[in-house]
Amino acid sequence: MSAPLINVPARAKRGDVIAIKTLISHEMETGFRYGTNGVLIPRDIITAFRCTYNGEEIFRADFYPAIAANPFLTFYTVATASGTIAFEWTGDNGYSQTASAKIVVG
Amino acid sequence: MSARTIFCIGSAAVGFALLACAVPAMSAEIAPGDRRSDYAVMSRETQAMQDDDAANPGMLWVQDGATLWARKDGAAQRACADCHGDARTSMKGVAARYPAFDPGRNRPIDLEERILACRIDHQKATPFAYESKDLLALSAYVARQSHGLPITTGADERMKPFIAAGREIFNRRQGQLNISCAQCHDDNWGKRLAGNIIPQGHPTGYPLYRLEWQGLGSLQRRLRACLFGIRAEPYPFGAPENAALEVFLMWRARGMPMDTPAVRP
Amino acid sequence: MMRNANDPTPTRRRILIGAGCVAAAGFPLPFAVRDARATPAAMATAIRQVVGEANVKPGKVKLDLPPLVENGNTVQFTVTVESPMTPASYVKAIHVFNEKNPQPNVISVHLGPRAGRASFTSRTRLADSEKVVAIAELSDGSFWSDSVEVVVTIAACVEDGIP
Repeated sequence: MSAPLINVPARAKRGDVIAIKTLISHEMETGFRYGTNGVLIPRDIITAFRCTYNGEEIFRADFYPAIAANPFLTFYTVATASGTIAFEWTGDNGYSQTASAKIVVG
Repeated sequence: MSARTIFCIGSAAVGFALLACAVPAMSAEIAPGDRRSDYAVMSRETQAMQDDDAANPGMLWVQDGATLWARKDGAAQRACADCHGDARTSMKGVAARYPAFDPGRNRPIDLEERILACRIDHQKATPFAYESKDLLALSAYVARQSHGLPITTGADERMKPFIAAGREIFNRRQGQLNISCAQCHDDNWGKRLAGNIIPQGHPTGYPLYRLEWQGLGSLQRRLRACLFGIRAEPYPFGAPENAALEVFLMWRARGMPMDTPAVRP
Repeated sequence: MMRNANDPTPTRRRILIGAGCVAAAGFPLPFAVRDARATPAAMATAIRQVVGEANVKPGKVKLDLPPLVENGNTVQFTVTVESPMTPASYVKAIHVFNEKNPQPNVISVHLGPRAGRASFTSRTRLADSEKVVAIAELSDGSFWSDSVEVVVTIAACVEDGIP
């Protein structure tokens, strides 16, 4: 249901280093917690994040249970050309979520 | 129960045992000029998390709320927007005066109850459960439209008896630790308890993202957690005691600006 | 007295033990907890798995983490590595580890010259006061690190067991 919150500058000068912020809704259940009936709650986390810029990978991250719920990530890239910056999150139990943003580079 | 919880309660037990014996139940209310937002006692890092809309996890719920606002639902196939238009204008200042007196019910109702009433009466849809993602998202979205505006809850004359009822609960000793809300939040705000600074307890930013919950929650959820923490029986969601406390706490914070969705430890 | 096995409320004895521990040490509980905890040895193993036999030198890396944390459930941190980030010299990866969570890995990020800046920010969970370590892998095969000792205070009112 929840769409990720993406923050990418709409415009940038060629060669500028821009900051990209991403925030996505996910419980990141660690797999180390016990429910009230004493049964271990199984792990259910986002395990991987990938970012491409006009199709080319510019950033990749592997998440572990120590990443807090509703994972937040800020990273950087050089503004090279106008186009699309695409994001993909994958995780346990077939979890998959994508998003994208357009950037104009002049 | 986690070891951490036991540690917490244990440390609280030691501290509260002293308060419970020595101090009578009457507490001095905070002078209006001495009021501080709970935001002020947080670390810089947590304040920064709240201030940046791109980093504030509460904004995920606000975003969802915007989607729900526009979605047609129920047997009447109506969206909130169909009656209320653009929330940025129609909902401006609304959350800042809630809980508000409802003449039909002859008592105050809070924002969540108001949203549920609209859903049942006007959308002819099944109600959301308390603390459900959808209800919180709508509540966060509506309350967000009052961001920066001063709280005006309780200005209505008809609210007086409910403010008094809430004040009585706030000052009442409760639970195994036999301690009242006022003893911490009126008398000992600014001092430390188990490493954290005791806030005055003003609900300016509800529903808010609590780091402890790693999620968004309502004021009623927080009140239930508070009561659990002093080893008292929490009032059920929707109970009149929770409603009275909400009214009193918002009135106690009158004039302070709303900062929904807040981030708190 | 008879207690329901599912009853999450602590027995009086446990509260007193907790209170005693606070009085004695002012630190989180020393007695055994149900969760398996990572140890400094487990963190060392996890680091070896990433760096192999290479020597990890302190320097070039800055791990920004508050030394005193309000709530261990959500702790924001930033890792920055000095690097020109050119095709000739760049940061390939940054790995973050911890000492006392049930698992020693936190996150691994993979960069390249297109990053422009070898830095990222995320949020972690910290189960206890512990050391957090960040290790950067450079394009020339060298490894550099920084570490921070973090004190995690516990929120006064927790609600395990609340429906």
